[in-house]
Amino acid sequence: MTDAGSGDVTDGKGGGAAAWLDARLPVVSGFRQEYIDYPTPRNLNGLWNFGAILTVVLLVMLATGIFLAVNYTPTAGGAFASVEAIERQLPSGWLLRSIHVTGASLFLAALYVHLFRGLYYGSYKRPREVLWLTGLLLLVMVMFTAFAGYVLPWGQMSYWGADVAGKAVDAIPAIGPWLEHFLQGGDAPGDVSLHRFFVLHFVLAFAVLGVVVLHVAALHVTGSNNPMGVEPKGPRDTLTFHPYYTSKDAVGLILFALLFAVLVFFLPGLMFEAENFRPANPLHTPADIEPEWYFLPFYGMLQSVPSKFGGLLAAVGSILVLFLVPWLDTSPVRSARYRPVYRVGMGALVVSFILLGLVGRHHAEGGWMIVGRVALAYYFAHFLVLLPLSKRLERGIILPDSIASGMDAGA
Amino acid sequence: MRAAILASVAAGALLMAAPGGAAHGQERRHAVATPQTWSFAGPLGRFDMAAVQRGYAVYAQVCSACHSMNGMTYGDLASIGLTDEQVRQIAASQHVPGGMDARGAPVTRPATAADHFRQPFASVEAAAAANNGTPPPDQSRLALVYPGGPDRIYALLTGYRPAPPGFVPTNAGAFYNPYASNSEITMPPPLHDGQVEYADGTTATTAQEARDVTTFLAWAAQPHLAERHRLGVQVTLYLLFLAVLAFILKRKVWSDVH
Repeated sequence: MTDAGSGDVTDGKGGGAAAWLDARLPVVSGFRQEYIDYPTPRNLNGLWNFGAILTVVLLVMLATGIFLAVNYTPTAGGAFASVEAIERQLPSGWLLRSIHVTGASLFLAALYVHLFRGLYYGSYKRPREVLWLTGLLLLVMVMFTAFAGYVLPWGQMSYWGADVAGKAVDAIPAIGPWLEHFLQGGDAPGDVSLHRFFVLHFVLAFAVLGVVVLHVAALHVTGSNNPMGVEPKGPRDTLTFHPYYTSKDAVGLILFALLFAVLVFFLPGLMFEAENFRPANPLHTPADIEPEWYFLPFYGMLQSVPSKFGGLLAAVGSILVLFLVPWLDTSPVRSARYRPVYRVGMGALVVSFILLGLVGRHHAEGGWMIVGRVALAYYFAHFLVLLPLSKRLERGIILPDSIASGMDAGA
Repeated sequence: MRAAILASVAAGALLMAAPGGAAHGQERRHAVATPQTWSFAGPLGRFDMAAVQRGYAVYAQVCSACHSMNGMTYGDLASIGLTDEQVRQIAASQHVPGGMDARGAPVTRPATAADHFRQPFASVEAAAAANNGTPPPDQSRLALVYPGGPDRIYALLTGYRPAPPGFVPTNAGAFYNPYASNSEITMPPPLHDGQVEYADGTTATTAQEARDVTTFLAWAAQPHLAERHRLGVQVTLYLLFLAVLAFILKRKVWSDVH
């Protein structure tokens, strides 16, 4: 009855179905190890909530998105009417769609906070480079997904947003016009492009889920960074994930859900662009073509550069430069808490990013053009000049020996 | 009789954008509408359903002659407080395209609750040709997309005046209205005292009609507004309660740490 291999599988001493399964696929002990006993730095602040928040929002997006997709018609002739039917005739369709639209905005908002947190506390540094890179890959994928999703209702802003994106591709020298035609499947956004955006939106959404698994796996290899940027050295520096961080994440999640609910139920006007309730009309350009707020800083970069192609390079480059951050920043100190120059630089970076968003809103006209150029120059100087130099500018930094001693010192 | 015909011809073209709609990008001046008090305004607003029902009567008897409302089905009217039987009768009174007969000739059939509102014109081109060159805008979301919203819709409907001396519309035949873009509008004055007969006996003054139809348009633009607010209060209260519990739990769990 027995063979050589089966002897290796030892059933857990408690027996039962869980032990039987765990001996063959360690989901039970794996979960215990990674989410219950998992040692987590004891000093994580509220900014460390956003990983959990993003995971939950992603699941909400997938759940609502599937129901919307089932009722959606990805054709230029039928898309707008199918979205109207979801809003008006599908039971609770208005609620599903409102959650999905609000979720998109809040997902990007939480992602920006999460990204800023990583930059501020040096979470990209050795040994967390792969964690950082998978996170940036997620940012790019989420941006494409969000943009594709915005086109799907085929309202005026959807159509003309897709048109602006096409024009941006068109600005690439030599191959631009051909590439725009190829990607769009025509000279202007139409049936073919809409169908492609739908497939892209759907496929990317699940690809994001896959990369999130890699991102979380990478996190559990290195463990979380923390506000001091000092690696935990022993049990005094850590707490078990459960119940400490499960209870803390729960508070953050519920507060985030409150914000979500207030936007969905009381302030939908902030989330829905009214102009997009007009069906797409290729013959009628809206007065003011403006992307969703989360793309405004990049829109500002696009417009701050005099050349169209230069603007495109700046906007794309502003994301690409983030991938190099672990190697641009040579300082051994992680947390901005102990880095006076870098901390000021981070503040200026956030201000620049917000200013660029305002520039995008005001179409880089008049004084905004100058503001846009200054902010854009700082954005790149921060990464390409300040980060490599900061090691030399910041000397004599004394870090706490351990998280526990740092906390005792009241840091 | 002549007045009746005139009225039904004039009926439509509610709230049309200024002629030459393609030039929407330019700054177009108009008088600022006086803010009104609406039942649906504010975070807890809900619709005065009697006004919405009267407004539907105005829409059905006046606006629908020229304006489509493509998002709506007759069945949607159940949620303004009409019974299923009333909805069925309203639908059945409208004839919608019903395919072709055995010889290939197009036929119509009485609409059902699942049918979308009948379109007044066969195409955008037909709508433009019948309305001095400007197709009357669809009214499904008009209260949301029209700059100025319900206040300006009401102001526009009640704002027709004799043109001041020297007023020359850019589009021949357009009317003077200070609340329209560039103070001119292709839509003839759509509402008059006593133009509609209200089932609830309300006196149909122009102002009353304008107020009711604006309320109806606001409802059509956001039919789930009241349900959204009601659900929102419940969800928010629940989450607040949950937040307090979670906060207490977190404090208790962390009490041995600090």
